[in-house]
Order: sequence, then C-alpha cells, then structure tokens
Amino acid sequence: MTTEPNIDRLLGPAAPEVSCDECFERIDAYVDREVLQGDAEAAMPELAAHLRGCPACAEEHASLRALVAGEA
Amino acid sequence: MTTQSTTSCGLLEGLRAGRDDAAAELHALLLRAARFEIGRRAAALEHVRGESADDLALQAADDAFVAIMRKLDDFRGESRFTTWAYKFALYEAAVRVRRRSWQQREVVLDADSWLAVGAGGDSPADRAGRNELLGAIRELIAAKLSERQREVLVALAVNGVPIDVLAERMDTTRGALYKTLHDARRKLRAELAAAGHDLEGISP
Repeated sequence: MTTEPNIDRLLGPAAPEVSCDECFERIDAYVDREVLQGDAEAAMPELAAHLRGCPACAEEHASLRALVAGEA
Repeated sequence: MTTQSTTSCGLLEGLRAGRDDAAAELHALLLRAARFEIGRRAAALEHVRGESADDLALQAADDAFVAIMRKLDDFRGESRFTTWAYKFALYEAAVRVRRRSWQQREVVLDADSWLAVGAGGDSPADRAGRNELLGAIRELIAAKLSERQREVLVALAVNGVPIDVLAERMDTTRGALYKTLHDARRKLRAELAAAGHDLEGISP
C-alpha cells in the first residue's frame, strides 16, 4: 500500500486554507463562479488552496464542476 | 442560465411550500447527481461485492434529500439552488464509493512504513535535493509530531487512504482528521523554514 512519498502532499498548500466543513459550505458558490465567471480562484483563494491540499474535497469539486458545466 | 435559474428558483419555492411535486423533482435531481458521481468512480467499485451501483446512488440521493430538507433555510442564494443541492448528492455518493472500495482493505496505521522509499524526482540533481528535503521531513515527523499526527499524515499523504475511510476506521470525522493533517503540515513547514530549507515551489 505504501507509495513513493510525495513532498507536495506531505507539506500541503503553503497558502492559508479553509477547513473541509467550510469548503463544503462554499463549494457551490465557488463552482458557479468558476463555470459562469471564471474567477473563482482569485475570488476565493483560501478555498482554492484547500482543494490543492484535500484530495477528497478536490474530487467532489471536480464532480460538481463537471456536472454543472455539462448543464451550463 | 436564465432557464436553469428560473427552474432553480421555482423548485426552491415549491420545496418551501411543501409541494409534493417539488420534492419529487428534487429527489430526481439528486438521483441524477448521485448516478453521475458513481459513474465517474465506477472503476473503484469494479471488484466490490454488495449492493449495485444504482442501490448506492439511491441511498446517496435519499440521504442527500434528508440533509437538504433539514438545511433548506440555510440556502442563501450564493449559488444556483440546483448547484447547492447537487453538492449534497455528490458528497453522499463519493463517501459511499470510497468506503465501499476500501471495505475489504486493511488500513495500517504505521508511520514508519514509508521510510525505505525513495523521494522521486526527474533528474539526479532533482532527486538529490528532494532526498535531502525528504530526509529532513522524516526526522521532523519522528521528532516533532504527535503519534496521532504521524499516523494521520502518513495514512493520508503517503499511503493514500481516503480521508472518509480513515475517519470511519478511527471513529472521527473528515473535518477533524483534516485539522490534524493541517496542523501537522503547518508544523513541518515551520520547522523546515526555521532550519533554512527552501520551500519555494513546494505546493500541490
């Protein structure tokens, strides 16, 4: 099960980030902003940092973006 | 966008008015989202016995529906209502897929299990630099982190255990585990910086 250590994953994002709970609270606004205005990362940098550090939230973000983008 | 926004607003009004047709529309929307998520993760469920993918999608939609009806008054209109609703179904489905795909797998909480593995890197110089940094990180993990921080960091960031699976095995929550991971990472970054390591460009 052990894999090659990835230093990026060990140290996580350098920038301040929100918690998983706050990410869930705001991910819908982030995705709508991403899909409709294209400036989500600039508008919500702490959420973007969390998505770089949390694989589970990143997976759910990718799915929500794909689902919403498919309907836009 | 206009059509979807209108539909989204109408659905919300219907739910707040307690209309059955709105509830059915919401459930159908959630089931579509849960199927979408499970379809994206189909490979993870290939060799797993138990309920079918559609059973999982239905369970996820049902739980998402309950969560949404409880939180309906929390919706502040910062996104379209359908986007807000989808996230509940995607979350419920994703957690089920992660847990189901790991249900027969052992989670070994052994912080020393990765010590013998190399650091990777594209070139010999790159590898040398990363090996030096990795060596420092290993020493700090052993010397500066608590046992709990070591276990969580290695399980999540090295062994790739999904956070929902680890949360279930450790009888805690995703949020609590991520807080432990975050604190461990902050500690490592601070110690490495204090020791003069260049962390420029080290960020996922």
